[in-house]
Amino acid sequence: MKLLGEHLLDEEHVMIRETARRFAETEIKPNAMQWEEAGSYPRELHRIAADTGLLGVGFPEELGGAGGGALHLVMCVEGLMRGGSTGVTVGLGTHQIALPPLLHIGSREQQQRFIPAVLRGEKLAALAVTEPGAGSDVAGTRTRARRDGDHYVVEGEKLYISGGTRADELMTLVRTGDDPHGGLTFLLIPRASEGVQVSAPLRKTGWWASDTAEIRFDQVRVPVERRIGPEGAAFLALMRNFQMERISLAAYGVATAAIALEEAMRWSRERRAFGRPLTGFQVTRHRIADMATTVESARVFTLTVAAALDRGEYRVREVSMAKNIAARAAVEVTHEAVQLFGGLGYMRETLVERLSRDARLLPIGGGTEEIMKEIIARELDLRGASR
Amino acid sequence: MKILAMVKRVVDPEVKVKLTGDAQLDPSILDYKLNYFDEYSVEEAVRLKESGAASEIVVVCIGSGDAQKEIRTALAMGADRGILVETDEADRLDSLTKAKLLAKVVEREEPGMVLMGKLAVDSESNAVGQMLAALTGFAQGTFAFKCEVDGDTVTVGREVDGGTSDVKLTLPAVVTADLRLNEPRYASLPGIMKAKKKPLEVIDPDDLDADIDLDEPAIEILGYELPPQREAGEIVDSVDALIDRLKNKAKVL
Ligand SMILES: Cc1cc2nc3c(=O)[nH]c(=O)nc-3n(C[C@H](O)[C@H](O)[C@H](O)COP(=O)(O)OP(=O)(O)OC[C@H]3O[C@@H](n4cnc5c(N)ncnc54)[C@H](O)[C@@H]3O)c2cc1C
Repeated sequence: MKLLGEHLLDEEHVMIRETARRFAETEIKPNAMQWEEAGSYPRELHRIAADTGLLGVGFPEELGGAGGGALHLVMCVEGLMRGGSTGVTVGLGTHQIALPPLLHIGSREQQQRFIPAVLRGEKLAALAVTEPGAGSDVAGTRTRARRDGDHYVVEGEKLYISGGTRADELMTLVRTGDDPHGGLTFLLIPRASEGVQVSAPLRKTGWWASDTAEIRFDQVRVPVERRIGPEGAAFLALMRNFQMERISLAAYGVATAAIALEEAMRWSRERRAFGRPLTGFQVTRHRIADMATTVESARVFTLTVAAALDRGEYRVREVSMAKNIAARAAVEVTHEAVQLFGGLGYMRETLVERLSRDARLLPIGGGTEEIMKEIIARELDLRGASR
Repeated sequence: MKILAMVKRVVDPEVKVKLTGDAQLDPSILDYKLNYFDEYSVEEAVRLKESGAASEIVVVCIGSGDAQKEIRTALAMGADRGILVETDEADRLDSLTKAKLLAKVVEREEPGMVLMGKLAVDSESNAVGQMLAALTGFAQGTFAFKCEVDGDTVTVGREVDGGTSDVKLTLPAVVTADLRLNEPRYASLPGIMKAKKKPLEVIDPDDLDADIDLDEPAIEILGYELPPQREAGEIVDSVDALIDRLKNKAKVL
């Protein structure tokens, strides 16, 4: 079926999706179940993905990237999700949120030093922002970096860091000054530094194949040349990055919902009860009709916003809307899909079971549903009196 | 050596086609793809270039303007430039007409080898390659699962009934690809980005001066029909029952 949003894509986007899909179907899909259950996948996969150029979407060619913008990234996620593992897709993409501060505020020399090796799949990078006491409220960051000669000494703790247990480089948000926003700085800290203590992978509801870490920094000495941009420049860099992260999370939502819908349709035609296939009941047909409506509208909205970003438009409001629409779509459609699968939908062997667990993170990670609403309200010029 | 790789834009075989009221294909749900077998021939051409046996790969397609997408797909896999013989009537051109058009392109480009799929998955004629060889006087190696170039010869391993056979051809030759020839790569992202900048020449079939009449295509499409619904199978519990069904139901005994 040719979907409505396809008219927003050019042949380059379609080819990227095709490449990502083929990579996912050959390299991920046959192993998805095993890697999900094991909570990990071989590091070597980054090298294989790098050979296809998929890791380089959104990065300039002179740094070993493939170029491209938001729609390219969305296509990449759509294609990779066909491997059936959100965790692996997330794992392959942690550098998409970790490296952009280098692009926005890093020096040429730092970009050359750190980016190409990651895009070649040789090094892994993770973004370490969230802390036990600071999630939505980034200004609450307490991890401190104190200047000591040509080093910083870092003390503090980060939580829920995707890829944190094996990343070589941690793009870490630290406090170098007291101003809530203006006192925040990025340091690129090698995980192998003395004093970096990484927990075992945290046990979580979904995204199993992607490791999530708690990281302690105990008097970690970081050379000043590993500071990305000037002191105090991190907050704005982080905000810029959020637009890409959120549109790509919207793409995760759309892909999750779309796959769950397909699975539900296949199953509803196959499974028989009371002498007919499930699709023989009007209630099933209507349920699937609702699911399809949800998927299609989330997809068209997401692609439309991505295309607007690629035209250089300011779309903070719409990006936040897309993230909420698509995350909701994923949660709702996977819930319905599990319902249609009945008992089997509660079994670990089914894709819809996994997707329903994976989907639950989407309204939480990368800015919660409530924070998205805060942004939308602010962009609508609604001012509250709560502060 | 220059290789011409012929490609066709076909309806994606995975799309469930629907018919409109007047027995035409419903365009709103159609999706198009590069013909599978042509992916194998493009892949082989790229491998021959990588091994040093070929120096340039030119992708040739007869099709509508939309077929530029399929040409770009081949360029993204590693071909160097494209030629589109543009016509909106490609579906109404029979195999011989197409072979004659392609023969004119061959005349112009003077390749050492022509690689193409053994057939297109939409019309399944399996004819253009052979006809092209006859028209150009090139040697032919069809249904290739192996294609080894050595100097001015190519050894083609062929899938034939009951086994395989090798033929050694003197170049130039037409080689048509079968499934075991290789495993087509998927285009890399740098390849995709580069494909945009590669030259793609659009030519009018009339300018090729082929001995054909494009105003009177040999094929007229009256309408499309879906294949008849297959009846559900039946599992029988004894040989006698089987013979009975074969005799009385299937009426083949
Ligand atoms: C699997 C996983 C992977 C992650 N990966 C990373 C990573 O790689 N790097 C990283 O830095 N972080 C990562 N995170 C952290 C994630 O970004 C945070 O969990 C998220 O931003 C929410 O922060 P929090 O958990 O502290 O929740 P809180 O901020 O404590 O929020 C709790 C609840 O309060 C609500 N709330 C908060 N503020 C407001 C408000 N102003 N108005 C109304 N409601 C409000 C929230 O919406 C939420 O419902 C990951 C998390 C998970 C679970």
